[in-house]
Amino acid sequence: MAGIPHDHYEPKSDFEKGMQKRLPVIGLLYDTIMIPTPKNLNWMWIWGIVLTFTLALQIITGVVLVMHYTPHVDMAFNSIEHIMRDVNGGHMIRYFHMNGASLFFFAVYLHIFRGLYYGSYKAPREVTWIIGMLIYLLMMGTAFMGYVLPWGQMSFHGTAVITGLFGAIPFIGDSIQTWLLGASSVGQPALNRFFSLHYLLPFLIAGLVIVHIWAFHTTGNNNPTGVEVRRTSKEDAAKDTLPFWPYFVIKDLFALAIILVLFMAVVGFMPNYLGHPDNYIPANPLATPAHIVPEWYFLPFYAILRAFTADVWVVMFANWISFGIIDAKFFGVLAMFGAIAVMALAPWLDTSSVRSGRYRPMFKWWFWLLVVDFIVLMWVGARPAEFPYDWIALIASTYWFAYFLVILPLLGVIEKPDTPPATIEEDFDSHYPAKASGDAAATPAE
Amino acid sequence: MFRKLTLAAALTLAAPAAYAAGAEAHIEDFDFSFEGPFGSFDQMQLQRGLKVYTEVCAACHGLEQVAFRNLSDPGGPSFPEDQMRAYAEFYEVWDPALFDGEGDFRVATPADKFPASSLSNAPDLSLMAKARAGFHGPYGLGINQLVKGMGGPEYIASLLVSYEEEPECAANMEVPMDGFYNSAFPNGGYPDECKYEDGSHKYPGSWIAMSQPLDDGWVEFDDGHANDLHHMAEDVAAFLMWTAEPKLVARKQAGLTGVLFLTLLSVLLYLTNKKIWAPHKRKD
Repeated sequence: MAGIPHDHYEPKSDFEKGMQKRLPVIGLLYDTIMIPTPKNLNWMWIWGIVLTFTLALQIITGVVLVMHYTPHVDMAFNSIEHIMRDVNGGHMIRYFHMNGASLFFFAVYLHIFRGLYYGSYKAPREVTWIIGMLIYLLMMGTAFMGYVLPWGQMSFHGTAVITGLFGAIPFIGDSIQTWLLGASSVGQPALNRFFSLHYLLPFLIAGLVIVHIWAFHTTGNNNPTGVEVRRTSKEDAAKDTLPFWPYFVIKDLFALAIILVLFMAVVGFMPNYLGHPDNYIPANPLATPAHIVPEWYFLPFYAILRAFTADVWVVMFANWISFGIIDAKFFGVLAMFGAIAVMALAPWLDTSSVRSGRYRPMFKWWFWLLVVDFIVLMWVGARPAEFPYDWIALIASTYWFAYFLVILPLLGVIEKPDTPPATIEEDFDSHYPAKASGDAAATPAE
Repeated sequence: MFRKLTLAAALTLAAPAAYAAGAEAHIEDFDFSFEGPFGSFDQMQLQRGLKVYTEVCAACHGLEQVAFRNLSDPGGPSFPEDQMRAYAEFYEVWDPALFDGEGDFRVATPADKFPASSLSNAPDLSLMAKARAGFHGPYGLGINQLVKGMGGPEYIASLLVSYEEEPECAANMEVPMDGFYNSAFPNGGYPDECKYEDGSHKYPGSWIAMSQPLDDGWVEFDDGHANDLHHMAEDVAAFLMWTAEPKLVARKQAGLTGVLFLTLLSVLLYLTNKKIWAPHKRKD
């Protein structure tokens, strides 16, 4: 599978040999789990395993929840309470699922920013990056539709707001919104189809995850130096890598266990901290909550959506140049989706010859500013759209676009990068130097 | 770019001043037994709370998510079964299967749920302690909620003890305010006469439709427990926390078990990881 030279699966028993001729599934699993992995991976390379675990957690708890849930406007809210009160262990399963969504996004944001810092999106890993972005989009869709299912106040009015975004598209917006909702307003048809899609999309995500893994197993993992594994010979490659099992499986499981300690503490001791109290009020179309706020993981993009109001000159210009077709609302929608699109285009916007941010003195500053920017957007997304928050949102949104569209392309030209180490082995050895003379020869103990 | 950021930072720091001018609804931080990772419900308090609910709140409000049998569940008021059955028999419920499908009232059984609200504008109280956040901010960071909890039960208790004399500015209005002044109620009507020029409120809270439901000594407890307003408000708020989160005790126990076992697993995995990497990191 991988382009890195290494020992491939050799069937040993008669059963394995027979299987290998008929359905080489054992060989596939073996080669997947034994893939040569750069031995200098740091602790930011654990999020993939955390995400895989969380996807499994969400699907398993979700399948059980569906057994007790009723997708009907008059019964959905009460069926959730039935789960919380009468189903054996139901309150735990529901709280796992609810907070599992937060864990999922927490991990995916760290995973994405890991990729942005170490240049994991750059050639030859563009396909991995693009698939990752598709997974992220599907995650957002899934999480949003899942939030609708309890049919509380936030579910209902959040649906109205989010589907209303599509209504902002010129000419065909109303038709699209009606098509999405299955009716002219939020009601039974919307609940039914969101339920259906909320069950379907995670399996599409699972499929894309397999392709995501396939893609980076073909190119090999990136690593903190951004230097490729030597492919000149099996011996050279072995100096840069260790097999995924057991070295990285155990390391990742250790990290996962630590994260699950925190997750378990949140679920056990403060399961509603990240939620919104209004969603414990049954949906009422006639009473709109005072503040409609999305879940925390949507806030950065929600802030970008709201940042571009009609009094911003870019919006005025877009309005004028398009003969009024692009109004502030549509501009906001374009900005929100554009914010994700520019991130997906990072492989082609980043012009630097050096992959890892570790060796890019100027890039580092802009990158950490982007991280701060993301957190500011997340915070301001939950604040009322009034002074000074509107200004903060506008400035932070502008930086988000500037980073990808201006700073990344320019940095590659004006920045003078440091020299990365020649090999991964060199980087690893600089962290773990030989103790005494003659010791170095004893390193690869396999 | 940096100039803009400095501007943004300055604006962020200036924001508190804009907010401090208005008086916000005041929520008292009660010290409930079920707070914190090890907190659990006080059985006697829940039983007193049920009494307050039954004699006062139930006149208008419902509790439709809670079944009478839940009153005997472990971790809750945990009434003996015969007491729970006797309590259920006080109620009559509508049974649509009776009277040849035309429906009729009958005496409630443990499997039945508490009746729904009898007034259309009295919300059901089953989930009230989770449907309100007493504590916010500062500035939307959720710090207070992290430290003090979401504040749902505090909100309920504070609301009950915060009926106060109308401020003078509202007393002489031509058309008097609808409802009753409550310094803990955030979302009700508020007269312009009691605002500053910038629109911020001079007094905390607002006007609520519900008249003061509870006062000192209105409910008598069999064991002679203190029945001043403050104590009773706390008791009924604790009871409503239980109706909102009946599995709270089981959940915290599961959380604690999970945290302990996962910590142990982390230690074992740490040691395993250290051992298998040692030859490669030249640390053995």
